[in-house]
Amino acid sequence: MKKIKINKTMKNDMITYGMVILAYIVVQLLISSGHVSSLIRGLLVPFCTYVIVAIALNLTVGILGELSLGHAGFMCVGAFSSAVFSLAYKDAIPGGLRFFLAILIGAAAAALVGFLVGIPVLRLRGDYLAIVTLAFGEIIKNIINALYLGVDSNGIHFTMKDALSLNMEEDGLMLIKGAQGVTGTPNDSNFTIGVVLILITLFIVLNFIHSRTGRAVMSIRDNRIAAESVGINVTKYKLIAFTISASIAGVAGVLYAHNLSTLNALPKNFGYNMSILILVFVVLGGIGNIRGSIIAAVLLTLLPEVLRGLSDYRMLIYAIVLIAMMIFNWSPNAIFFRKRLKQRITAGRKPEKEA
Amino acid sequence: MALLETKNLGISFGGLRAVNAFDISVEKGQLYGLIGPNGAGKTTIFNLLTGVYQPDEGAILLDGVNLTGKKTIDICKAGIARTFQNIRLFGDMTVLDNVKVGLHNHYTYSTLEGILRFPRYHKVEKEMNEKAMELLKVFGLEEYADYKAENLPYGQQRKLEIARAMATAPKLLLLDEPAAGMNPNETKELMDMIGFVRDHFDMTILLIEHDMKLVSGICEKLTVLNFGEVLAQGDTQDVLSNPEVITAYLGS
Repeated sequence: MKKIKINKTMKNDMITYGMVILAYIVVQLLISSGHVSSLIRGLLVPFCTYVIVAIALNLTVGILGELSLGHAGFMCVGAFSSAVFSLAYKDAIPGGLRFFLAILIGAAAAALVGFLVGIPVLRLRGDYLAIVTLAFGEIIKNIINALYLGVDSNGIHFTMKDALSLNMEEDGLMLIKGAQGVTGTPNDSNFTIGVVLILITLFIVLNFIHSRTGRAVMSIRDNRIAAESVGINVTKYKLIAFTISASIAGVAGVLYAHNLSTLNALPKNFGYNMSILILVFVVLGGIGNIRGSIIAAVLLTLLPEVLRGLSDYRMLIYAIVLIAMMIFNWSPNAIFFRKRLKQRITAGRKPEKEA
Repeated sequence: MALLETKNLGISFGGLRAVNAFDISVEKGQLYGLIGPNGAGKTTIFNLLTGVYQPDEGAILLDGVNLTGKKTIDICKAGIARTFQNIRLFGDMTVLDNVKVGLHNHYTYSTLEGILRFPRYHKVEKEMNEKAMELLKVFGLEEYADYKAENLPYGQQRKLEIARAMATAPKLLLLDEPAAGMNPNETKELMDMIGFVRDHFDMTILLIEHDMKLVSGICEKLTVLNFGEVLAQGDTQDVLSNPEVITAYLGS
């Protein structure tokens, strides 16, 4: 029995990894045979970004059982901290190493911010995390829009006023120009790196879930009082899970930032709507279902582009797909139907497993 | 020396005196019953003993160690485990994982070791699986190891809750109405199991129960609670034949 269980979780994980690798191979084949439009090709890195941040949010929503409406904010922190680093060391450090360090910096910055946001909020019970992260996401975006940061031979300058009050020397380098954001970030990310980052994210999250810490986190989700009664430190494990989740969202931000030459903190990419969109990926893919998040993130990002030809009917179909996915995943009847279907298939193959 | 001792324990909720001057002394290896009418304060006492509530006055001693004012997780580490009146399992996790959460503080490796799958992870997980399966076997749940906890039948859920509590390697086990919602057959089976747990693990058990058959069948000593006060205390047969106790339960 024990052996079967271990094999089952391992098999499940392998399917998830395999799915990502297979998708990568298929896309690469399509690209080399010229079947992918330049529009879609430009979307490949954003795909990876959304997949990673969806996995990150699923760790918070599905495994920890807390609602976060500010994951775009953590992406934003990761994006800007890493973009500033890459820009400042554009010529000093060679590309590959620089991007590797940028990822670490983005992850660390987002983790730190997630930790600080989490300390006061995760001690509370209820939906406080949702409210606070929602505010956090908006605040961080507005701060970055008002921030001017530059570096010259005298060191680092920053102000919230305007570019002139930085008092920089002539040869100084502007890093963040307020609402104009960061310009000239090296284009270090590409589809292959994105897929590798997805795989690393999966490795971290799936191994985390199946470890001692992951079990402690899920026990808090299932029953906080019982978890406490068997000696689980609730605040500590909530903080660990949330910090990891924020950190991974930061990595998604790094990937996003290094795909653009100009990085702005717009409502479109780091605002409230983005946070909700990520939540939609998670809910539609199935809360706690990592593989589902990946599929939902890809489908729902791809759909509006594929349906572009239908112009006005595009959003209509998008909405219908949302509803259909919702029913398929969550309606009791649909769940029952899926179970029966699965049973019939497995029964046909392995009759001894039916009982 | 008694394993569990409380002295003059009391707590009020606003104007309501929920527990007043509660003294109890449970010897090691004893099967002790805490009974009383609804609202007498039995579960409140469990919540005081496990640190869910902090007492307004009085002291709790486990094995001579003062646990008054300690937090729930520290009390668990000190050696008190409990089950709940309304079953509280980790419903979405497997039966095996439920027990493994109970083992959490006894088999450790760091989060990083878990994510990177260091050799220590494999070693400790293997030990945990073996220990958890051993416990499940004791409770006759090994065939359900793979089930989601919430899909177990009611009686098995009760057993799993006890198994999970035992996984924390307690000195004292608190059972809050273990027979609630069970039919006579299941109750009989449960009685046997509680006795078995006591003998097999050399455990001290304090239980709250309404089922008089279960109480008179397995408890060696009883404390009767009424309106937050101790009404009677002593050997089971003496207590149950006490006219005051009969009045409290059946009315005069």
